[in-house]
Amino acid sequence: MFWYIIRRLLQGIPVFLGSTFLIFSMVFLVPGNPVLRMFGDRTPSPEQIAALEAKFHLDQPFLVRYFIYLGDVFQGNLGTTYAGQSVNEILARTFPTTLRLALLAVLIQLIVGVLAGLISGLRKGGIFDHAALIVTLLLISIPVFVLAFVAQWFFGIQLGWFRPTVGSGAPWSDLILPAIVLAALNMAYVVRLTRASVIETSQNDFVRMAYGKGLSRRRVIPVHILRNSMIPVTTNLAADFGILIVGATVTEGIFNVPGVGNELFKAINRHDTPEIVSIVTILVIVYVFVNLLIDLLYGVLDPRIRYVK
Amino acid sequence: MRITRIAAAAGGIALASALVLTGCASDNGGTGGGGSSTGVVSVAWGEPENPLIPANTNEVNGGLVLNNMFAGLVYYKADGSWDLDAAESIESDDYKTWTIKLKEGQTFTDGTPVTSSSFVDAWQWAASDPALLNQWWFIDAIAFEGGTYDGGEDTLALDVVDDLTFTVELAQPRADFPVALGYTVFFPLPESFYDDPEAFGDAPVGNGPYKLSEEGWQHGESLNLVPNDDYSGPRKAENGGLNFKVYGTLDAAYADLVSDNVDVIESVPTNSLSNFKSDLGDRAVEQGSAVFQSFTINYNLEHFADDEEGKLRRAALSHAINREEITSVIFQGTRTPAEEFTSPVIAGFDPGAIEGSDVLTYDPELAKELWAQADAISPWEGTFQLAYNADGDHQSWVDATVNSIKNSLGIDAVGLPYPDFAGLRTEVNDRTIKAAFRTGWQFDFPSQANILGALYVTGSGSNDADYSNENFDTLFREGLAAPTLDEQNEFFNQAQGQLFEDLPAIPLWYGSVTAGYSTLVEDVEYGWDSWPILYQVTKAE
Repeated sequence: MFWYIIRRLLQGIPVFLGSTFLIFSMVFLVPGNPVLRMFGDRTPSPEQIAALEAKFHLDQPFLVRYFIYLGDVFQGNLGTTYAGQSVNEILARTFPTTLRLALLAVLIQLIVGVLAGLISGLRKGGIFDHAALIVTLLLISIPVFVLAFVAQWFFGIQLGWFRPTVGSGAPWSDLILPAIVLAALNMAYVVRLTRASVIETSQNDFVRMAYGKGLSRRRVIPVHILRNSMIPVTTNLAADFGILIVGATVTEGIFNVPGVGNELFKAINRHDTPEIVSIVTILVIVYVFVNLLIDLLYGVLDPRIRYVK
Repeated sequence: MRITRIAAAAGGIALASALVLTGCASDNGGTGGGGSSTGVVSVAWGEPENPLIPANTNEVNGGLVLNNMFAGLVYYKADGSWDLDAAESIESDDYKTWTIKLKEGQTFTDGTPVTSSSFVDAWQWAASDPALLNQWWFIDAIAFEGGTYDGGEDTLALDVVDDLTFTVELAQPRADFPVALGYTVFFPLPESFYDDPEAFGDAPVGNGPYKLSEEGWQHGESLNLVPNDDYSGPRKAENGGLNFKVYGTLDAAYADLVSDNVDVIESVPTNSLSNFKSDLGDRAVEQGSAVFQSFTINYNLEHFADDEEGKLRRAALSHAINREEITSVIFQGTRTPAEEFTSPVIAGFDPGAIEGSDVLTYDPELAKELWAQADAISPWEGTFQLAYNADGDHQSWVDATVNSIKNSLGIDAVGLPYPDFAGLRTEVNDRTIKAAFRTGWQFDFPSQANILGALYVTGSGSNDADYSNENFDTLFREGLAAPTLDEQNEFFNQAQGQLFEDLPAIPLWYGSVTAGYSTLVEDVEYGWDSWPILYQVTKAE
């Protein structure tokens, strides 16, 4: 178990190097000099361009810039934006908000999705099963920004149940509406997966055995059926985490959540190489890490799965 | 929401009558720095792209905050006229050497006095570092000590006479120099700035109507200002403070405005332009702004050189564009067709007085004729391309413009998208672009000299067309030195006549402010520069 975790963590190093290199070269390849952007429609003098290029290392060749960046990263410094802010600070400020948003979305998916899937599975072909299918299919077919705008307009502006955008400090109550929108993205998968898995598990011998022993439905459904149905759902949630972060870029923009997605969007607009590379790399690392966590969770859900090496 | 507001109002009335009954109502203009109202006005805002240092702030978000935290020598009124703020007088006999006197008893919010050195040192510091975005302002306008720029600490020809007086020697005589002095870059700096410019950029210390609150600047979320009690100038705060809220998109800010969660926005998002007037009623704002839009063709482009053929083709293009239709259909009336090369909100605007401005009228017949005349000199081949950056809202009007050209002239014309602004500007700057390209200008200070000088004078920084005309240069220089606005305009109008003959850029239209405010605030006005005038906004608590 211990060595398994170590091995997985070590795999993170090439992933980190590869992703930083790829993203760095992608940003580098975008044509255009970010210095000129800073002046708007005005054309700066050659002296000003030279001074600013030197200040941001833009005059160095690609590999030199990449190694300057890597060197800083290994000293724990993720770089400075063109606006002079430390990327460390930006991440420390925005990441908790995005994590809270994603967590809330996962929670909503788990509670609503698994519950709906469970009921659908147990009452296969019933009214609830059909209704859940239609609603979730509808949600999945609507692009996230449409869903977000409609939710903001209807619940935020027309009904006034929620603030249309997230207020200062991003309190949990303001994050509920964006989290529901985010959760709706993947809700259909969670419901369908849970449903299929519950139906399959219910037909197993050990379930019939449990009922035969005289156990109540109350005991059999959560412990025998649900727990054994959760493995595919958990895997899906892990894969889903990536979608949540990507979806967060759009959702955070619309609801003005002061999170990583919002910041990344602004950084891309500014060609802010250190900021873009650092944020995306951190997202990649989070993704790798969450996948590791999920793999370890399998062992808890199904004792037959053990990691030996 | 509604219930709480009625309850609050009722409470307010009860409190007011209690004060009257006990004889405590004060008529003497309120207490402390908060003038006639005490509510904190919230403003939709974006995180500035640079530290908050006057010499390094050239975008609207940082500028708006600095403008409220600092008092320059002069300030601008809504209509673009100017008046003295920190200065007592700004005088010159020859418009080359200016003597500036400061008002007595002014202080920065850290308690130190505002002296002539606060200005002189700030300007010298700014001139010495080319990595500061606004450095060129000083290099351009002010003469150098000893005649040449040495990049050192005291390179500008500025002299401190006494604590409250200093002199400025300009590179060339200009009568409109005081107008420029209200711009952000000319603000003073306290001595504490030089100890740690970086910390200052995070928490500026100014001498204006507002200062940072204790909460200060919460990066990515908000920046909070409270009235500065020690400020005694003409821009006294009429509210209890300003709360600049960071929004990632205009759409999010607009959603908050409609639901009264933010009080003032600077701009309505494009996709709400069709409904913002019905959403906001008389709280919707639409007025002219000091933005000039055009497209420019560099003289190195084949068929558009500085000769007879080039002139004919440029005039043909100008006649081929239906500006009326594009501004009303594509922009829904939020742009107005250009009539000359500056802006209607800038003093001196008088298109009727400019010779040759009829080249802006839509006349496809004439356009075709001029194009044919040019073809007789050297036949046209290929496609006319108009370059733009696809990361702004440009595609629709570029398509409409090239279509107009295509239909009028019967030639192939297409838009040429660049993925982003930096990409477009790089090719423009390197002079490698092989197409016409969109250009625009937002005025820095309300004077025609600002745009004419920056874009069309031989060798000036933003002369993207590489335009060079001796007659224009002379007229512009004489206009700068003309003692009265009327005389100046006479020269500038003649200079514009030359521009119409040569068309280094094809004028398209003027921009507008489209904005609005919430039900909770009053006295909201937008200035000539499109910025809301925040110190005079009132809001009940």
